[in-house]
Amino acid sequence: MVNRLLLVLSLALALASPARALDPSEILADPALEERARALSQGLRCLVCRNENIDDSNAELAKDLRQLVRERLVAGDTDAQVLDYVVGRYGEFVLLKPPASGANLLLYFAGPGMLGLGLIVAVFYIRSRRSRETGPAERLSAEEQARLKEIMGD
Amino acid sequence: MVIELGHFALTLAFAIALVQAVVPLIGAHKGWSGWMAMAEPAATAQFLLTAFSFGALTYAFVTSDFSVSLVVSNSHTLKPMLYKVTGVWGNHEGSMLLWVLIVTLFGAMAAWFGGGLPPGLRARVLAVQSAIAAAFFAFVLFTSNPFTRMQAIPFDGRDLNPLLQDPGLAFHPPFLYLGYVGLSICFSFAVAALIEGRVDAAWGRWVRPWTLAAWVCLTIGIALGSWWAYYELGWGGFWFWDPVENASFMPWLISAALLHSAIVVEKREALKSWTILLAIVAFGFSLIGAFITRSGIITSVHAFASDPERGMFLLLILGVFMGGALTLYAARASAMEAKGVFGTVSRESALVFNNILLAVAAFVVFVGTIWPLFAEMILDRKLSVGAPFFNMAFTPFMVALAILLPIGAILPWKRGRLGRALRPLLPALALALALGALAWAMQTGRSALGPVGMALGTWLVTGAGVDLWLRAGRAGFGDRLRRIARLPRADWGKSVAHSGLGITMIGVAGVMAWEVEDIRVAQIGDRFEIGSYGITFENVEEVQGPNYISTMATMGVWRGETRIATLTPEKRVYPVARMPTTEAALDLGVFRDIYLVIGDPQEGGGWAVRSHIKPFANWIWGGSIIMGLGGLLSLSDRRVRVAAGARKDSGAAPLPAE
Repeated sequence: MVNRLLLVLSLALALASPARALDPSEILADPALEERARALSQGLRCLVCRNENIDDSNAELAKDLRQLVRERLVAGDTDAQVLDYVVGRYGEFVLLKPPASGANLLLYFAGPGMLGLGLIVAVFYIRSRRSRETGPAERLSAEEQARLKEIMGD
Repeated sequence: MVIELGHFALTLAFAIALVQAVVPLIGAHKGWSGWMAMAEPAATAQFLLTAFSFGALTYAFVTSDFSVSLVVSNSHTLKPMLYKVTGVWGNHEGSMLLWVLIVTLFGAMAAWFGGGLPPGLRARVLAVQSAIAAAFFAFVLFTSNPFTRMQAIPFDGRDLNPLLQDPGLAFHPPFLYLGYVGLSICFSFAVAALIEGRVDAAWGRWVRPWTLAAWVCLTIGIALGSWWAYYELGWGGFWFWDPVENASFMPWLISAALLHSAIVVEKREALKSWTILLAIVAFGFSLIGAFITRSGIITSVHAFASDPERGMFLLLILGVFMGGALTLYAARASAMEAKGVFGTVSRESALVFNNILLAVAAFVVFVGTIWPLFAEMILDRKLSVGAPFFNMAFTPFMVALAILLPIGAILPWKRGRLGRALRPLLPALALALALGALAWAMQTGRSALGPVGMALGTWLVTGAGVDLWLRAGRAGFGDRLRRIARLPRADWGKSVAHSGLGITMIGVAGVMAWEVEDIRVAQIGDRFEIGSYGITFENVEEVQGPNYISTMATMGVWRGETRIATLTPEKRVYPVARMPTTEAALDLGVFRDIYLVIGDPQEGGGWAVRSHIKPFANWIWGGSIIMGLGGLLSLSDRRVRVAAGARKDSGAAPLPAE
């Protein structure tokens, strides 16, 4: 069982073949550039689709965008320059991960902020629970003592 | 005639729901037992009438009654019987009828099995549940009437969306609705407890089985949907962070938190007001989910109804129930005095952290889902929040949860010592680190995702094993095994569900980190290699299906010179719906799926062919099923069933005839 697992794992990992774009004709000759194009494509939204990235989409516009990304890469742009170019043409709507600036910082800090708040509240709560450890709630009332005796069969 | 009777039954059920929402509440307030007692027969009557109404609509679909406009737009005489039936809920109106049917089903079940509840609490729970039902009856009757007739009766229907004609998706909505709506009963319990102003261990015991049932249904529903997306949408993704998926995921996370905090209420009488809040919020997220899906406000693949009137109505329902419940909560929550005390290192504290992580994770999903809406309305910016954001923002919470889970699961109640708790887990930790390191060593130049996923998954699964082992107490090896076999089902359920989570994590990490893909133009007769497999492209032919035409390729999968599978990926066209679909062909395996897709014919001859190797893909759904199974095991524990208010077992279990 473990052997088979290892075998399959090693086979899956040993593959060095570069990832390729949706339509075979779009694939760039340079595997390094192509890999960057794929990574960029997965972060760009197909504008006419519903929540699909251009890498997965079959729409014409997505194909145009994929080609645009590849043209810019071939022209020697860095990843950031490609994104700037696409955003310049289509607006920030095209980015599936909105830029972490301005009001969007709220989005990015919502999780960590809420976690921090939750932890602070939790620490206070747990402390308050602990400080009552020796409070009267733990001891039995006279009535409960009597009931306990009864149950124990005295 | 049947259709009109169905419509009438629904109207009648609405009327009963209105009465049932008011009378038992007054009865409980004044202590009039007659008024309280009307809730039970009313709940049963509501359910029976709604079931009749649903049956009438199903009858229209099965007999292809094209005088009903819903049948015309969603069915066709040539459609296979299974999809005629599932077509009933494969559309907005029908699915809302299913939704309200499930609301009344849960109401009726609370009435049937609520014998053990104090009469006041039971009357209030049923009244609140009935108020929810009334709201949705009104929604169906006034905005989404499924029984509208056609003026001119057409010869045939317009067919169900072909993407929905699939067994995986056929049963995805009913399970999801059982989950969404199951949370309504927890909400009713929470509101009833707030009205009574009392929450005790018994309340926790009553709420837990309903939460558990809802959570199991959500788990299965989400897994079915994800499995469907995996093989049907044609590129093998299993989760897209689509708003509608998020809409089902948020209640899942919150109900998982609720499940755990209700344990603390039950066993230790602490976390009461927090548990009440979770029960309210969990159903709130179900309503938000319904709103997101139905209003089409955040357009996505699933939004089959984009109608502002319906959206407003749902927003109103959401506002009234959440506003009302939260106001009541604000007024009454301080009355919930906690009793149990515990130390910093204890099971209780661990469950507090579990709740924080799950709730904040749900919050992150929520903020990400509504952020585009918020940005457009408040900031006047059009932007998208998609998978890359969610993967980055959500994953850390799951990693933290997975690290803490096995430790928290074995900490003792009240007070524990970390060092002592950690000692039995050391072998699990070592194994997890070893497997993670192995995965790290075998992959080169890839992300840490795969190894981390492997390590965490192993940690969870072996940790769950250690948990069972420790539950058996000190004894010889054989005795321990015997004791483990005899442990209560709730203990088994806990360990099974936790290991299911680990298995799902391995699957998600494996398929995301180690997928192999090949896209090429293939000629008939070509052979190409992907990973350690060979693929032969053998034939393409046109095939006539029952209600579609298919372009079907025949491809062989080889390992060296041995043929291990013959796969037939298809492209289908449904002429009535005028929609093409891609049917990927899969060779399923325990450690990898081979996933083949046929694309378009190319100009220079040949076909575009995509092949993927997806390592551990089945572990995602396997783990989900195991999680669900864990929930069911726990639900079948006698202690939990008795707690649900189930009638006493009819005599002892029959003795085995020996």
